[in-house]
Amino acid sequence: MSNDMKKKLKLKVSAIKDGTVIDHIPAKNLFTVITILGLDKIENQITFGTNLDSGKLGTKAIIKVSDKFFENDEINKIALIAPHAKLNIIRDYEVVEKKIVKIPEVIKGIVKCFNPKCITNHEKISTCFSVISKESLELKCKYCEKITSQDQIKMY
Amino acid sequence: MKKDLISITDYSKDEYLKIMKLAAEFEENPNQELLKGKVVASLFFEPSTRTRLSFETAISRLGGRIVGFADPGSSSATKGETLHDTIKMVSNYADLIVMRHPLEGAARYAAEISPVPVINAGDGANQHPTQTLLDMYSILKTQGTLDNMNIFMVGDLKFGRTVHSLLMAMSEFGNPIFNFIAPEELQMPKVYKLFLKEKGIRFFEHTEFTNIISEADIIYMTRVQKERFSDPIEYEKVKNIYILNNAMLKNTKPNVKILHPLPRVNEIHTDVDSNEKAYYFTQALNGVFTREAIIAHTMNLK
Repeated sequence: MSNDMKKKLKLKVSAIKDGTVIDHIPAKNLFTVITILGLDKIENQITFGTNLDSGKLGTKAIIKVSDKFFENDEINKIALIAPHAKLNIIRDYEVVEKKIVKIPEVIKGIVKCFNPKCITNHEKISTCFSVISKESLELKCKYCEKITSQDQIKMY
Repeated sequence: MKKDLISITDYSKDEYLKIMKLAAEFEENPNQELLKGKVVASLFFEPSTRTRLSFETAISRLGGRIVGFADPGSSSATKGETLHDTIKMVSNYADLIVMRHPLEGAARYAAEISPVPVINAGDGANQHPTQTLLDMYSILKTQGTLDNMNIFMVGDLKFGRTVHSLLMAMSEFGNPIFNFIAPEELQMPKVYKLFLKEKGIRFFEHTEFTNIISEADIIYMTRVQKERFSDPIEYEKVKNIYILNNAMLKNTKPNVKILHPLPRVNEIHTDVDSNEKAYYFTQALNGVFTREAIIAHTMNLK
């Protein structure tokens, strides 16, 4: 079998001409990533695949967005739930750049504060956390000053 | 930029020292008309008689007028008004907001909304920075220094916000030692122990109270707060675990002082009250001078 044939068989979602492919998203977090990036609100062509085989993650999801190129700040928002995500920037069907996501210093409006007595869980306030540990993922709430740890992270 | 006081870490070491100096000046001369013509909003979304009276005394001694409410039952919060709207409205009327709220982070949020300065008079179990500053003033007054203090913290070290803030503020001064005395259930949270470790500050943990307080310069007693327990049986187990009585103070250092943020329940026997080492009622009085100092600093009046 030729390499081209193998490649075609391997492709489970169609190639795009220009845009971004986000790969290595944990399958269970696909729709959260879509929400965080606001992909449910844009008019670009989007294709995604989920429950695809992944050596690293077991199962993974992949998103292809045509004619969309993300800013670093924008894409880093998904680092909390897709820390191994990789971005391929596509121009004329070729990968011209690869990017990895990085956990930002400040997380705004994505994560709920785990503290039920925090004001952000009682009024309409956009949450804001400073990342105090990127390794074990600990987020300090700007308001109640409590630390939300990785196992307590819940998205809006 | 307006100078809110929301967390104890909002102030630098220089500001701590400035507040101590101003508090001493106000103690010498408590009645100064620095707030003449100014209106201060005192918003107590949960009742706290001591803190409210202390603030309102400080405002009165500075010649300011007070508007506000003493419990949420008499505010628009009962009609469902958001904190956001209350602060928006009140900040139109007043030159300064003093606020107590049961939710954690409420004061930081209020400060974001308000164009006038906000002083946090307690936000849930989070912060009570003016208490910490009056505790520091009490230490400075009785010991003559904030350096080299051996501070024993006793009781509810898990939920007690005053001990957490005091620990952080005192860590700015030279060579402190902390001794934490608490039952297993109420030990100092890891995050504060990690903070001390990172700063290279010595601390020791104990579950026994007697026979170890002879080294103390300050014994900071705290109340085991019933409202923090979801299981009443757990509360019953620990509520009377550490009771300081007069006999226990026999071999303590001559300079030692007993502090307590008040109200006390059973933690300090009344036979301690007449001992010259008991300082908690004077500590409360120091709160008025310290709050005068904080208000003057916040409003750029001194």
